[in-house]
Amino acid sequence: MEEILEILSELHPDVDFENEEGLVDRRIIDSLDIVTLVSEIDDRLDVTIPAEEIIPENFNSAKALSELVRRLDEE
Amino acid sequence: MVFNSLPFVCFMTGTLLLFYLIPKKVQWCFLLVCNYVFYTIADPRYLIFIAATTVTVWFAAIKAEKINNEQKEYLKAQKGEISKADKQAYKDKMKRRRWKWLLICLLLNLGILSVTKYTNFMIDNINDIFSGAVSLKPVDIIVPMGISFYTFQSLGYLIDVYRAKHEAQHNIFKFALFVSFFPQLAQGPICRYSDLAPSLLAQHRFDRKNFSYGVMRILWGYFKKVVIADRIVTGLSTIVGSTEYTGAYVLCAMFFYALQLYCDFTGGIDITIGIAEAMGIKVTENFNLPYFSKNIKEYWNRWHITMGSWFTDYIFYPISVCSPMLKLSKWSRKHLPAGIGKRVTVYIACFVVWLATGIWHGAAWHFVAWGLTNYVVIMISQELEPAYAKFHKRFKVKDKAFYTVFQIIRTILLMSAIRMFDCYRDVGTTFRMMWSMITSFRFSTFYDGSLMKIGLTASDYMILAVGTAVVLTVSIIKARKGSVRDGIYARSSIGFYNICAVLLVSTLVFGAYGVGYDQSQFIYTQF
Repeated sequence: MEEILEILSELHPDVDFENEEGLVDRRIIDSLDIVTLVSEIDDRLDVTIPAEEIIPENFNSAKALSELVRRLDEE
Repeated sequence: MVFNSLPFVCFMTGTLLLFYLIPKKVQWCFLLVCNYVFYTIADPRYLIFIAATTVTVWFAAIKAEKINNEQKEYLKAQKGEISKADKQAYKDKMKRRRWKWLLICLLLNLGILSVTKYTNFMIDNINDIFSGAVSLKPVDIIVPMGISFYTFQSLGYLIDVYRAKHEAQHNIFKFALFVSFFPQLAQGPICRYSDLAPSLLAQHRFDRKNFSYGVMRILWGYFKKVVIADRIVTGLSTIVGSTEYTGAYVLCAMFFYALQLYCDFTGGIDITIGIAEAMGIKVTENFNLPYFSKNIKEYWNRWHITMGSWFTDYIFYPISVCSPMLKLSKWSRKHLPAGIGKRVTVYIACFVVWLATGIWHGAAWHFVAWGLTNYVVIMISQELEPAYAKFHKRFKVKDKAFYTVFQIIRTILLMSAIRMFDCYRDVGTTFRMMWSMITSFRFSTFYDGSLMKIGLTASDYMILAVGTAVVLTVSIIKARKGSVRDGIYARSSIGFYNICAVLLVSTLVFGAYGVGYDQSQFIYTQF
């Protein structure tokens, strides 16, 4: 979770990622941000997020994204 | 049978009435018959193309689902008894099997699309490249109505089944209905199966409110198309039809085309959604007040939304996160400056998406130029975001009304300028005409009577001004208070029907009919 928050904050320093739960729905992050995020996560956490997992529910909050990364890492 | 023709109005009215008169459990069968009648009337030869797409996608989806289920059952049975490595190896094997079906179906359907739409474009280019040495003759090939729309909609369904997002439709006739729903066949929207199918296949009891809402939306669509888009097209065609109209005329053409395209495309989609709504069927919205966008990125999130999200989900993301791109991303982060290194994959994937978007719109270089100009502008604005953030922090204008208006006007001007590629249909001419706005702009064109000589009379301008004011007012109300129809209906249902009557009469009285009038096809039907 900490590392995800760090990556997100580097992308948009002005957003409260700890509490925000509508990152995609409220268009705080867009498709270009999502691709940058996926690349960062692949690079820093060595977890590859496949295209089929790129859905709003998985990227709407730092918590949802951390959960996704944890699940993919376990698989 | 174009939407704004009398035969279509009769067909639509008959369909809506019969839909509620027949037994509810055969409503979907009735709609399927209507779809195929509609398509047959357009051209019976089209049937073979849509049938080919329907059968191949339906079959491939069932195969992909079967492999998904086999995998699920096997992993469930082996839970705890299989190593992580073996599990991954098994998943990879099953993925390859699924991928095989997906790939065959994609190649086949994109092949049909490419051959029908792009063969003559390729021939032209080969002749140009080998000028003199090669002279291939154009082939007489039919382009089935709405082929881009129904192909993309079907392939979206297949990819979603492949990704196990939803189950496959095992009844081929029900799937055929999803592929061929007649209101959206000609110009979209490109719906997802999970959004459209539940209401499309459901049984519908007559609901007065739903029906009234649908009828109002249909009338609103006709008003925009027939009163505004079909009227302004005369002036626009005169200006872009000759290179003698330079300078201020080009600026006029920019605004004329912005208005025509908006009223034509949103009007057509209003008719589509309205027909569906009158039957209780939910079709995805395709627009969200695009001309109120503050930047080009926002504009593309509000204009032709279903096409944009299709390209994002099925082209942009898969390209961006595929293994070679992630490797490239790792390499570029190490070897290139930090800012650029992080974004290399985004640059490449966006380029592919905008190239594909341009080609999807038509088999011509001006569409490619249009797509790539959008790409360049979006990338520049993306790179300028930190500078904008600094500017907004320093000058505190971000939430001021005047600044918002400035951003909206800037976006409209920018998008209108880019669209001139589509207007002049030739890259060189577009650049020359745009340049003429700088070199030979004659301001007096606006008041010396020149604009009365382009096929539009004073009464045309008057009708266009009032029509545009009505559209703008409705848009502002929608932006501020939400659904306009909800507001009217909540106040008075009689008022609601009165407004429907006013829309109908206005369309009949002020629509662009008369001697020499030809029902102009909707612009997006050609795509």
